Amino acid sequence: MTTTPEIKKTRTESMLINVGPSHPAMHGIVRIIAELDGEKIVSSDVEIGYLHRAFEKSAEQGGYLQVIPYTDRLNYVSPLINNVGYCLAIEKLFGLEITERAKYIRVIMSEISRVTDHLTCVGASAMELGAFTVFLYMIKAREFLYELIEEVTGARLTISYTRVGGVKGDLPKGFADKCRNAILETRKILKEVDELLTCNRIFVDRMKDVGVISKEDALAYGITGPFLRSTGVDYDVRRASPYLVYNRFDFEVPVGEHGDNYDRYLCRMEEMEQSMRIVEQALRDMPEGPVLLDTEGNVIPAAEMADQGKLGRIEGLPGQTAAVDPTLEGAHKENYASVETDNKRIALPPKEDTYTNIEGLMNHFKMIMMGHGIRPPKGEAYFPVEGANGELGFYVVSDGTDKPYRVRVRPPCFVIMAALPLMINGGMFADIVPTFGSVNMIGGEMDR
Amino acid sequence: MKGNESTGFFTSTINDMIGWARKYSIFQYPFVTACCGMEYMATACSHYDVDRFGAGLPRFSPRQSDVLFVVGTISHKLAPVLKQIYDQMTDPKWVVAFGVCTCTGGFYDNYATVMGIDTIIPVDVYIPGCPPRPENVLDGLIKLQEKIQNQKQEY
Amino acid sequence: MPKLHEKLKERWPEDVVELHDFRGDETAVIKRESLLRIADFIKRDSQFDLNVLIDLTAVDGLPLKWKPRFEVVYHFYSTAKNHRLRLKVRVEQEDAVVASLTGIWPVANWFEREVWDMFGIRFEGHPDLKRILMYEEFSGHPLRKDYPYNKRQPLIGPKN
Repeated sequence: MTTTPEIKKTRTESMLINVGPSHPAMHGIVRIIAELDGEKIVSSDVEIGYLHRAFEKSAEQGGYLQVIPYTDRLNYVSPLINNVGYCLAIEKLFGLEITERAKYIRVIMSEISRVTDHLTCVGASAMELGAFTVFLYMIKAREFLYELIEEVTGARLTISYTRVGGVKGDLPKGFADKCRNAILETRKILKEVDELLTCNRIFVDRMKDVGVISKEDALAYGITGPFLRSTGVDYDVRRASPYLVYNRFDFEVPVGEHGDNYDRYLCRMEEMEQSMRIVEQALRDMPEGPVLLDTEGNVIPAAEMADQGKLGRIEGLPGQTAAVDPTLEGAHKENYASVETDNKRIALPPKEDTYTNIEGLMNHFKMIMMGHGIRPPKGEAYFPVEGANGELGFYVVSDGTDKPYRVRVRPPCFVIMAALPLMINGGMFADIVPTFGSVNMIGGEMDR
Repeated sequence: MKGNESTGFFTSTINDMIGWARKYSIFQYPFVTACCGMEYMATACSHYDVDRFGAGLPRFSPRQSDVLFVVGTISHKLAPVLKQIYDQMTDPKWVVAFGVCTCTGGFYDNYATVMGIDTIIPVDVYIPGCPPRPENVLDGLIKLQEKIQNQKQEY
Repeated sequence: MPKLHEKLKERWPEDVVELHDFRGDETAVIKRESLLRIADFIKRDSQFDLNVLIDLTAVDGLPLKWKPRFEVVYHFYSTAKNHRLRLKVRVEQEDAVVASLTGIWPVANWFEREVWDMFGIRFEGHPDLKRILMYEEFSGHPLRKDYPYNKRQPLIGPKN
């Protein structure tokens, strides 16, 4: 009988693994320092700040309207929601109500942005679990929506579409049909993805009961949005403090139960469907703006008109309509009153006026040049908007001049990342990947 | 830019063949940070497929890849990490600066941003745009392929 | 029906220094020493029930010659009653220390680190106050009004 050899007591110590900053599963850049005991995570720490681009300091350098391109790049998967939030905060400072049609347009574009955000989030997190086909399908659906956004705003991603007092230009002709087509295609793709993922054994095993967070912890960490709703708390800014025209639409807010990754996935899929419902209702109910009479007569290009005037050949010039550049489609004079407020201190005049009469030119000058520009009254305002990750709030302090004094963004995914150690401690190392994917961390918003 | 006039017919043919092989099998390392990442994803997926140029497989380790795509703004906190990744890559290697934030800093002329990554690492192709359209990216990729074909190959 | 900030003034009359209600945002400026007491109160009291700390930030008043210079701003929200409150605490530059709310709301940990990083205001009682958005070798506090916009302190590379 052989004696069992004595097993030496091996000395174990935990290992420190550094995940990131440049790691394929990290969307954007974040560094997770995990202390491992075998495969189990004993403790972890998150380090952020690798994409700090000084948004808040940049906002203090120029006028109010010059901050709008910086806001696009905050949450770059749903850029319109940031634009809308910022402009709503400034309009709250002024105490301004915008036109009905502008409100509907803002709602439609915000909801389309929300759908693109959820498509990217679910697609990327599915790709990291191995479902590469789902990623390709979601990006295909996103391309349909990007084409739609490009028709309206001129750019795919960094659009700078809203202005204080309304939006830059009206929707192009035929938008409603194209939008309905895009929604139809997106619904088909979502149905396919649903069949591929929702009851898939591997997906469910990796996502169910992984990354659980309790209701009390979520509230203690100030988490909002689909993350909070998956734990069972029904808080949506569009319902709690309705802004724009959300109180006129009939939509549901999906609320989960367990607070794990699988519930967050289901919440996001359902939210996409509800967003598309809102867009359809808005397209149906949108009021037509007032249409001004089109002045018939000679129409010459605006630059040529200005040249003729400088050379002194002014007979026949006054009263002519200037033809402005085709990139300004939607901002022509007949549509202008329906999408921008008529308060002369806030909104730029239509380009036909700027080029043809002196009042328009002076108005334009007063609004654009440094030292002039829009001047909200002294004070401060905080406006919360429902972003794709949660409550996106803009806190603007104004000192009466034309430059913002302080612009603060309340970032929704900053607080979720603060709670990430709670969710991964005690779990396996491989579970970091689906949990981090469902957090939907967007570096531009978190680090600003 | 042909560096092989002084060599004979045989070596210049070998050079061209190696160049041809290298340009159609690009393994990229996507160092994605910010908004340009969305257009990078759109270029890599089915609508504006980048796989038809032979560059469709990202290798997520610097030692296994030859083109470093720097996508998105680089801040000063991240600059040492970028340099370390560039140093870890094995020769031959090329760098593509994707997006205007990596070319010259973009409109982020502030205390936190690197004004162009060519202050830290050498760059081969610059793709400007904020973010560049996928067609721009494919144009930049074709220019990179021409550069790879025409340079003097080390082997 | 008195509003939220007025009810706060009734309950703590010496600690609430100023009240205003610009554009419907109820705001109360309180004394620095009473911050922990009032924060605990508004979380537990059934009328206030402000269980979520939404935001914590600061504003620098140097060009407007504010005395004291900094203002730390807190936004609270109640999920049960759906109302909001903003609290402000004013601190001087030489003595920029405020009590930390980490014991009551754990999310204050990261928000306070960010205010330390950007403004240089210390939080007493914070478990680990270090920089969060900038790197440790950075000197200065960028969001202060006297820090120039494009003064870079590169770790590697040229300085311009």
